[in-house]
Amino acid sequence: MTVDTGQGDNSLERAGLDQKTWDELREIAGRYPEARSGLLPMLHLVQSVAGRITPEGIEACAEVLGISAAEVNGVATFYTMYKRKPVGDYHVGVCTNTLCAVMGGDLIFERLKDHLDVGNDETTEDGKITLEHIECNAACDYAPVMMVNWEFMDNQTPESAVQAVDDLRAGTPVQSTRGPRLCTWREAERVLAGFPDDRADEGPTAGPASLAGLKIARDKGWTAPEGDK
Amino acid sequence: MSTTLTPVLTDNWDVDRAWTLAAYEERGGYAALDKAFAMAPDDVITAVKDSGLRGRGGAGFPTGMKWGFIPQDNPRPKYLVVNADESEPGTCKDIPLMMASPHTLVEGVIVSSYAIRANTAFIYVRGEVLHVIRRLQRAVQEAYLAGHLGSNIHGSGYDLDLIVHAGAGAYICGEETALLEGLEGRRGQPRLRPPFPAVAGLYASPTVINNVESIASVPSIITNGSEWFASMGTEKSNGYGIFSLSGHVTNPGQYEAPLGITLRELIDLAGGMREGHELKFWTPGGSSTPLLTPEHLDVPLDFESVGAAGSMLGTRALQLFDETTCVVRAVLRWTEFYKHESCGKCTPCREGTWWLTQTLARLEKGQGSEEDLDLLLDQCDNILGRSFCALGDGATSPISSSIQHFRDEYLAHLTHGGCPFDPAASTAFAPVGATA
Repeated sequence: MTVDTGQGDNSLERAGLDQKTWDELREIAGRYPEARSGLLPMLHLVQSVAGRITPEGIEACAEVLGISAAEVNGVATFYTMYKRKPVGDYHVGVCTNTLCAVMGGDLIFERLKDHLDVGNDETTEDGKITLEHIECNAACDYAPVMMVNWEFMDNQTPESAVQAVDDLRAGTPVQSTRGPRLCTWREAERVLAGFPDDRADEGPTAGPASLAGLKIARDKGWTAPEGDK
Repeated sequence: MSTTLTPVLTDNWDVDRAWTLAAYEERGGYAALDKAFAMAPDDVITAVKDSGLRGRGGAGFPTGMKWGFIPQDNPRPKYLVVNADESEPGTCKDIPLMMASPHTLVEGVIVSSYAIRANTAFIYVRGEVLHVIRRLQRAVQEAYLAGHLGSNIHGSGYDLDLIVHAGAGAYICGEETALLEGLEGRRGQPRLRPPFPAVAGLYASPTVINNVESIASVPSIITNGSEWFASMGTEKSNGYGIFSLSGHVTNPGQYEAPLGITLRELIDLAGGMREGHELKFWTPGGSSTPLLTPEHLDVPLDFESVGAAGSMLGTRALQLFDETTCVVRAVLRWTEFYKHESCGKCTPCREGTWWLTQTLARLEKGQGSEEDLDLLLDQCDNILGRSFCALGDGATSPISSSIQHFRDEYLAHLTHGGCPFDPAASTAFAPVGATA
């Protein structure tokens, strides 16, 4: 597959993206045996730069990969993490799949809608918070779960959720319950594009629920059988 | 209590900074590489076959056999793709594994890729787990710097590149051919089989796709031996697995045990159901596996026994609901999920999940009639076995099983003119002793 160098001034202007972004889009495509495999992370990069999937970003991906804008658009509209409307500094996702909903996710989501005065997939007027109900995020043992910029906020209550969004709006640092201090949505999208932010060492090894069985095994002296090492 | 827990994959999760290479190597990590490299690749495949390891992503297909399907005379490159798109409702084992000990997975990727003679491997991880992705990225970087990845690994002459690929939000990408579409930069819609991925997968090349827990189990098998692995579990469901308890249980969490442990044993370990309440219904392996009830508490949680009980072991995602939970509400919500996640490729699933949602929503509001239950079952009959992939089949599981076990509760919505349950009573923050 050929990779367009994208060096022409016209294309740069048309896409409204800076040289660094163009270089990074090409870098992503270059990670894979076939360049098009880079499209999902490339779209994450577009979101990190533009705050959403922009027509210009779609054109740029298409040009780098040598495919049509319609093909890129078809991909961008398929995946739920790609947003057509500007996303706030903090994307707040409340799990309302069955388990979390029953455990309180429905009440948390209702409280946040009321408190923030927004509907699903809407952003507060100050541009800080985008609220969305999300599907199962693989943290059911910590239900009800809220994700902020795709970091775990475990074992939430309506009160703790309101406190978190208030702190975020006020600029008070908020810590993920199983991860680092929360970064912005754009910063998160950059990591998803494959550009690490050097924060892997923040947060614990595992949360308490992840250790529930191991703790019992330790207390009782249970282990797997000896191997034939 | 007869079955004891057997921490293997979870054994280092209480280690300080277990995610770092230093902590992993301190406990003998990456020792499986030299042992594997001293074996012929086919012998590694044989070892995994002999262990009896079956896919931990839900289907339970024998892992070694899958590897054996790769046509080694095919001149195209071979690929290993790890399915880390953990999204099946209730399933929450791979994410904590990759968060706590990403090197376990990386080590498994190297041994497995060596076995199938792949020089490029991918971890396709769902995009909605930022910190897990950070830890994977860091682990891969550390493994390259330490010579566990790259060229001539450990002086063996074997080369492997490993790419961490973040998805972008699509349950369907847990279906292996849809995952490949996503990894090729396309809409995540399943492919027609045959050809199977083993013959024509990623880039139309021979490809093995395995779940995180399957691949992470491989180093322990190489290190400790096939017989060691097979000594755990039941006759046809060998080894250990991570059981994920969630919902109305006192201590939800991850419990690693031999396959064949029962839910009764697991609930006992988890401190019982929450105080003052009792189990009403549960999923053995995610929302796509038919619901079970307290009468199934002693079913051995292995592939055969759960199948014989009318459900599937799936991903061992044990979602437990007590008597405060409305089963109709629960099933409606799952059905809305399938409707949202249907990829739109085939008509039975794309249209059927919409019809199911409409019919169920009406019942949940106490509207409609008893005949709507037959309508639902008829709709399920038009989806199950007729949709393009397992998503559509899975959408019917909670509906048909809940009507089978809880028909009266559906009817109670009609006589009550709505849901007779108080949703506040089922929340984690409800006062102790709250009742529906």
